[in-house]
Amino acid sequence: MSGLTVEDISHDWGARRALDGVSFTVERGRFCALLGPNGAGKSTLFGMLTRLFTPRTGRIAIAGHDMARAPRAALAGMGVVFQASTLDPDLTVRRNLLYFAALHGLSGREAEARAMAALERLGMAERAEEKAARLNGGHRRRMEIARALIHRPDVLLLDEPTVGLDAASRAAITQHVHDLAAGGLTVLWATHLVDEVRRQDRLVILHHGRVLADGEAGDIGGTDLTGRFLALTGDRP
Amino acid sequence: MTAEAFPTVASAPTGFFRSHPFIALRAIIHREALRFLGQRGRLIAALVRPLVWLFVFAAGFRAALGLSITPPYQTYITYEIYIVPGLVGMILLFSGMQSSLSLVYDREMGSMRLLLTAPLPRWWLLFCRLLAGSLIAMLQAYAFLAIAALYGIRFPLLGYLAAAPAMAASAMMLGALGLLLSSFIRQLENFAGVMNFVIFPMFFLSSALYPLWKMAEASPRLRDLCALNPFTHAVELIRFALYAKGNLTSLAVTLAAFAVFGLIAVWGYDPARGLTARKA
Repeated sequence: MSGLTVEDISHDWGARRALDGVSFTVERGRFCALLGPNGAGKSTLFGMLTRLFTPRTGRIAIAGHDMARAPRAALAGMGVVFQASTLDPDLTVRRNLLYFAALHGLSGREAEARAMAALERLGMAERAEEKAARLNGGHRRRMEIARALIHRPDVLLLDEPTVGLDAASRAAITQHVHDLAAGGLTVLWATHLVDEVRRQDRLVILHHGRVLADGEAGDIGGTDLTGRFLALTGDRP
Repeated sequence: MTAEAFPTVASAPTGFFRSHPFIALRAIIHREALRFLGQRGRLIAALVRPLVWLFVFAAGFRAALGLSITPPYQTYITYEIYIVPGLVGMILLFSGMQSSLSLVYDREMGSMRLLLTAPLPRWWLLFCRLLAGSLIAMLQAYAFLAIAALYGIRFPLLGYLAAAPAMAASAMMLGALGLLLSSFIRQLENFAGVMNFVIFPMFFLSSALYPLWKMAEASPRLRDLCALNPFTHAVELIRFALYAKGNLTSLAVTLAAFAVFGLIAVWGYDPARGLTARKA
C-alpha cells in the first residue's frame, strides 16, 4: 500500500488550467519533494490533498484511504503544515497543541501527555505556557510539525515550510523532517528551493500544472539538480 | 452538499459527551472564549455601541417618540425601555458579523484551514464555530442587560431566564448569516460592504428602534419590508421573552431564517462547490 497516491488530477481556475493530469505515488516511509517554481500548481494540489476543495477529475488516496469515498479516514491519516502559520498567536504553546489534538478527537490526559511529549522532543517543554506569538519563526515551524504529528498520522504534508526562515532554521527543519521520514513517516514536501532536495529523495517536478519529472532526485538531476530543474522549467537565462 | 455522517470508530469512547465531535465542540468553544477574554477591548467595544444608543440617543428621543401600549407591554413605557431589546439584538447582530469578519480573517491567515482539515463533517465544524460565537454574543448581551439594570431599566427575573433561548436562537440565526457572508466574501477589504449593505439596512429596517405601527404611519411599504426582515423577528422574540412571554411567529421566522442561512453557508463551504473551490 502506498503512503500517498495522486491519480490524474486536473483543475481549472476559470480559464486557466492549474493542474493537468497530475499523477504520482509516494511509497510508505519515503521523503518526496514536490519541486516547482512559483505558480506551478503546488498550492492548488495541496488544497486538494487536504480536502479544502475537491478535484473534478482524478483520485487522491492517503495511506490507502480514498479522499472522495472516506474523507475523514483520509484526513485522520495525514498531518499538515501549511505555508502560512496556523498557530493561534493569542493562545499559549500548550493550548495550541491541545486545540489541535481535540480537533482530532484527543482529550484529557492522553492529549496532555502527547502535547508535553511533543514539546519535550522539541526541547520546548519550559515554554509551554508562553504565548505562541513569542516564538521565533524556526520554533513556530518546528512546533507546527510536532502539532501535525500529535495524532500519529501515516503521512505528513508540508507546503513550503521553510518560507521566511533563516538559513540555519531552514537546514535544521529540512534535516528534522528527513529524520521523520527515516523513522517510517511518508512525507510530501512542497518547495521551490532545489537545495532542500537530497539525492536519495523521491522527486516530482511540477511546472505549469504538469509533472515534468518523477523519480529519484539523483537519477533526475545527476550531479547538477539545479541546472536540470532550470532546464526543465525553461527558466535558464 | 455532500452527505456526511460522523465517523464510527470501534475504539472510540462511547456516549456523545466523550465522542470526537463533542471533544472538538468543547475545544472550539474554549478557544473562542480564551480569545475573547484575551482581547479585553472587544467586550468594551461591544458594549460601548449599544450604551451610547441607550444613554444618548434614547434619552434624546424620549420626548420625540410617543409609544402606545402594544404587546408585550401592558402600560406606557419610556423609549429607553422600548429600545433595550433592539439594542440586545444589535449586540447579537454585530457579534454575528464580527464572527464573519473573524472567519474571513482566519481564512486569510490560515487557521480556518486547520479547522476545515479536521476529520469531522464540515457542517459540524461550522456549527461548532457558530455555537461558540453565539455563546460569546450572549455573554455580551447579558453584560449589557446588567448595565441597563443598573441604569434602572429592569425586566422580570423570569424574563432574564426566558431571554436566554430567545437570544440563543437569534444569535445562531445572525451568526449563520455571518457564516454565509464569510463563505462568499473573498477578501477582508470587502467587509466594508457588509456594513453598508447588511448591518445598517437590517438594523434600521427593523423594530429595534421604533415599533412597526409607527413605521406604518410613515410608509406602509416600509413597515412591510420591516416585517419581512428576520432581524425584526429576532428583536421581537427577545422583547417578548424579556417579559417571559412567547411570540410564536417571531420564533418560527427566526428558526426558519437560521435554517436557510445555515444551509446556504454549508453549501458555500462545501469543498466541491463553494468559495474554497474557487480560491486556493
